[in-house]
Amino acid sequence: MAENEHVLLRHREIPDLDNLVVYREHNGFKAFEKAVTQMQPAEVTEEVKASGLRGRGGAGFPTGLKWSLIDAKSWPHYVVANADESEPGTFKDREIMEGNPYQFLEGVAICAYAIQAHAAYIYLRGEFWQIAVKLDGQIAAMEAAGLLGQNLFGADYSLKIFTHLGAGAYICGEESAMLESLEGKLGMPRLRPPFPPSFGLYGKPTVVNNVETLANVPPIIERGANWYRTNGTEKSPGTKIFSLSGCVNKPGNYELPLGTTFRHLIFECGGGIPEGRSIKAIMAAGASSSLITANDQALDTPMDYESVPSVGGQLGSASVIIIDDSISIPWLINKTVHFFRHESCGKCTPCREGTYWMSHLTERIVKRTAKTEDVALLYDVASQMRGKCLCALGEFSIEAVRSGIDRFRSDFDLTVGASVVSADQEKLTKDE
Amino acid sequence: MLERKYLAEKYAQEIQAILEKYPSDRRQSAVMPLLYLAQRDKMYVSREDILEIGEILGITSTEVASLIGFYTLYYDQPKGVYRIQVCVDLPCALRGAEKFLTELCDRLGIQPGETTPDGLIAIEPVMCLAACDKAPMFQVQSGAGLTYHENQTVENALSLIEQLRRDAAGRRVAGHERGRDANG
Ligand SMILES: Cc1cc2nc3c(=O)[nH]c(=O)nc-3n(C[C@H](O)[C@H](O)[C@H](O)COP(=O)(O)O)c2cc1C
Ligand code: SF4
Ligand code: FES
Repeated sequence: MAENEHVLLRHREIPDLDNLVVYREHNGFKAFEKAVTQMQPAEVTEEVKASGLRGRGGAGFPTGLKWSLIDAKSWPHYVVANADESEPGTFKDREIMEGNPYQFLEGVAICAYAIQAHAAYIYLRGEFWQIAVKLDGQIAAMEAAGLLGQNLFGADYSLKIFTHLGAGAYICGEESAMLESLEGKLGMPRLRPPFPPSFGLYGKPTVVNNVETLANVPPIIERGANWYRTNGTEKSPGTKIFSLSGCVNKPGNYELPLGTTFRHLIFECGGGIPEGRSIKAIMAAGASSSLITANDQALDTPMDYESVPSVGGQLGSASVIIIDDSISIPWLINKTVHFFRHESCGKCTPCREGTYWMSHLTERIVKRTAKTEDVALLYDVASQMRGKCLCALGEFSIEAVRSGIDRFRSDFDLTVGASVVSADQEKLTKDE
Repeated sequence: MLERKYLAEKYAQEIQAILEKYPSDRRQSAVMPLLYLAQRDKMYVSREDILEIGEILGITSTEVASLIGFYTLYYDQPKGVYRIQVCVDLPCALRGAEKFLTELCDRLGIQPGETTPDGLIAIEPVMCLAACDKAPMFQVQSGAGLTYHENQTVENALSLIEQLRRDAAGRRVAGHERGRDANG
């Protein structure tokens, strides 16, 4: 792609793109109009399928395929946009919704048309209260402009979009927990199958897609699947927003073709590691990541759904956290484990108990009160949880633990008998 | 049978708008927005609010109360007029957020999780707020809603806190005068 050409972060070049008039001056809602007036719903789904777009929420599931799985025998259908964005290290959906909200809303509308839904909900994490207020205004502007409501573009199609705020629970980003929460219940995952395309919101067929996934849809419909495939790789087409954070000079969101190397992101875009330190590890999927040892092979690995696993990681939502050589891995996993212990919904025992025990062990390890066998015990607890949890949160919680011990064992040897935290960090952990 | 209609009367329009978002046979979906509505009124959800929300939606107060326990952004106890919630999750911690929190608390003479003696400012460590590239950062929760403050220094934060204290004092005076007018 032309360097700097943004498909998603277009607001960086176009001022006031969050204004409906400006958005429409830049071809806004042309794709939605084209879909409703010139295409059959199934044709829209086919185009998205042909584009090869994969879900940006973490799992990389093919988007067009998901839409085609909607059960046509059960009605009504719903779209639920996942704007929960709570993975530590992820801050891309927020930028889309703040800077280029109409492209996302247009994506919601096109998805709704493709599955013939007449209502769509945007589930935002509660902390995005200000964004929700703005989105409500933008939705109202769309209604006033005849882009939402009855008989859109003179066709026999109607649509309403609503925002819904969560209230501080990471687990509500998991799609089935999100649907429970939207129904006014505790946000706990459902047993699956059935999956949302057959049994979703209120038990009705539902497509759940991430904000970034949906923001990709208008350009696909407007410019076609073949154009879309000119970015990215064969199996991971398109551009992706990489949220770069941690020990790096220029943290931020970078929209790059899938398949760009870690080296390019970290050193060209991110300006490298501060204060002349060197890079030690990469977490490519936020706190849910395993720790990738940052050697040359890893740095030259293309960031796409197939390649990242080859260096022992996952691409996930592409929240790339950089760890430099001043960071102690036990301190790091103590952080991630605390996160997951706090966020475990408690529905199933292996996750509830496992994250509890892991947090005790990592706490002991960073506080120097650990016994030599505690590291092995920690590894054992993590391994016991594998494959036994109801949802992926439990699995996420052990990624950094197991890979940390496997790949940075010497960091743990240091901790049995030597303090790895500064005084103020110790104080903090006590208070949490 | 409960007769309280405090929310129903004070926020009739808002409640109507909330209920219209969901199918008429799926009113329970409105429980989260209604809890926010009640909480904005006085920064926590009271026992009476819980009962009234249950009545509005036709669900038990136990169901409503269980949500408050499950979701971290609802409170059933008053605490601090302003909650300053500092992110100390991994990406922010890699950029000095823990030091920021400790220093801020030291300067205010409290521990993380505590409220200042005047009852106005509570400082709490929280998990990722999707602003990891702009650490240190925090959000401020108050009856007026929720705002983000990014790329912060301890000095910035302290001057914001002074501003919040002035706002609160201003509101107290205004409230007093309203009270006097009503009495007089
Ligand atoms: C614990 C957990 C948290 C998740 N959090 C999010 C999230 O914050 N945002 C998101 O889009 N997907 C999240 N997901 C993935 C969703 O379950 C779902 O796969 C996704 O929204 C589907 O959309 P996509 O196909 O467009 O990626 C999470 C999954 C799990 C297991
Ligand atoms: S794995 Fe954890 S978060 Fe997922 S359902 Fe079980 S207890 Fe809840
Ligand atoms: S880790 Fe602090 S905002 Fe993400």
